[in-house]
Amino acid sequence: MGYFKDIYVAVSSMLEGMKLTGRNFLHFRKYLTQEYPENRDSLVLSPRFKGELILKHTLENEHRCTGCSACELACPNGTIRIISKREETADGKSKKRLDAFVWQHAMCTFCALCVDACPTDALKMDQAFEFAVTDRAMLMKKLNKEGSNLVEELK
Amino acid sequence: MQPTVEVLNERDYILNVGPQHPSTHGVLHLRIKIEGETILDVEPVLGYIHRSIEKMSEALTYRQFIQMTSRMDYLSAHMNNLACALAIENALQVEVPDKVKYIRTILCELTRLASHQLWWAANGLDLGAVTPFFLAFRDREAITDIFEEVCGSRLTMNYIVPGGLMEDVPEGFADKIKTYLDTFERTLSEYDQLLTGNEIFRGRNIGVGVLTKEEALAYGCTGPVARASGLSCDVRKWFPYEMYDKLSFEEIILTEGDSYARYKVRIAEMYQSIKILRQLLDGIPEGDFQAKVKKIIKLPAGEFYQRVETARGEFGVYIVSDGKSSSPYRIKFRSPGLSNLAALPFMTKGAKIGDLIAVMASLDLVIPDIDR
Repeated sequence: MGYFKDIYVAVSSMLEGMKLTGRNFLHFRKYLTQEYPENRDSLVLSPRFKGELILKHTLENEHRCTGCSACELACPNGTIRIISKREETADGKSKKRLDAFVWQHAMCTFCALCVDACPTDALKMDQAFEFAVTDRAMLMKKLNKEGSNLVEELK
Repeated sequence: MQPTVEVLNERDYILNVGPQHPSTHGVLHLRIKIEGETILDVEPVLGYIHRSIEKMSEALTYRQFIQMTSRMDYLSAHMNNLACALAIENALQVEVPDKVKYIRTILCELTRLASHQLWWAANGLDLGAVTPFFLAFRDREAITDIFEEVCGSRLTMNYIVPGGLMEDVPEGFADKIKTYLDTFERTLSEYDQLLTGNEIFRGRNIGVGVLTKEEALAYGCTGPVARASGLSCDVRKWFPYEMYDKLSFEEIILTEGDSYARYKVRIAEMYQSIKILRQLLDGIPEGDFQAKVKKIIKLPAGEFYQRVETARGEFGVYIVSDGKSSSPYRIKFRSPGLSNLAALPFMTKGAKIGDLIAVMASLDLVIPDIDR
């Protein structure tokens, strides 16, 4: 008798699970999967998504980085290197200015400690996330744009 | 290297499972001594994903090393970060605002839910059921979406920092979790329908991989593994941190000690997590998201230990500070997975090879947490 009972229990328990599968098969409400390369245009990422590090530039090609190296010190892996230069101001004083903001993308852990450390709010984590390149050297990026200057209020 | 699974005579057969076996959840290498199908001894071989996080932390500042703890037990990233933040806050004697405590506890319980969902998915998959995998990932996706909105990351958070949080939670944070919990409470009953009552699943789990309470205690097992053996060890109850002493929830303790008991403990813990979240979501107070902590943290000289309950058990951070430098003198992480893995030979002695996979699935191992 126990033999047939075992068969009954096994079959009924499996049918119980199959019931759920069948219900989902017949009552699909919406597609849960996304077709990724095709949905690029409609893809919405959350505003805080940490994709890549950028130096914020205004329309006049001005950034807010004073070259203080706070982000360089805050970075756990030495991903950021600030190269600064001396620049003559109008009244003849020599001042430190940003020459190149070098960010090694391949080494970044996206912890956003640099964004947190920046005293002038110059950095931002942006949403871009497709960075496949053919050479590692291409992931060494200069974040300040060509010909960009410090904003007037921080000079 | 001296092998510890001794070859007694030339008829002994040693089988290597891993480091790339799909059911080992990562790069875990097991040397199994077998007699036919029966396991005589199991020896875990570690070191394939060792990154020396403890040593690296000694060269980093107190703010910097926290981001590496989310790369240890990546399914409990928030809890790991919390343990480090709490250790530093206790050393500095900083009191964080109530709002921070609420949000930290909410995030930790969400992490526990997400982690248990992934364990449930992998547990089914290890035993040959593919449907649970997709069901659980569907539910987990919604939680990672919430994390993405709050922290900007889906896995390696670095959101809980010494003194509070990285930034304030976005608007509609509580409502989004409430809507999620309503849908998840419905689908959680599907978990039972699909797997818990399944005769094949029960047959492969009931009475398999029994761990006695004494062995669990002797090998320092914690979390659901120890609680399924009747050992009360929930850090949230014994050493409450953040909001846990003000919440009402049960510590799930079963006495069978087999794989099925471990399964049932985790399923019941998911219900408890929902219960905890419901208590917290309505009462998030207004306030700052950070207490005042200096930019460069220097701990006073001494030793500091903080434990938290992750999804796998007790996670501990032990910091030794010399009082002068801004980086720790020594850091030790006590990971729950290592102790739980140490008990594996006792659970599988005399079992079959197929049972070994089932037992490992029930242990919920995360190898980067074990190896660090």
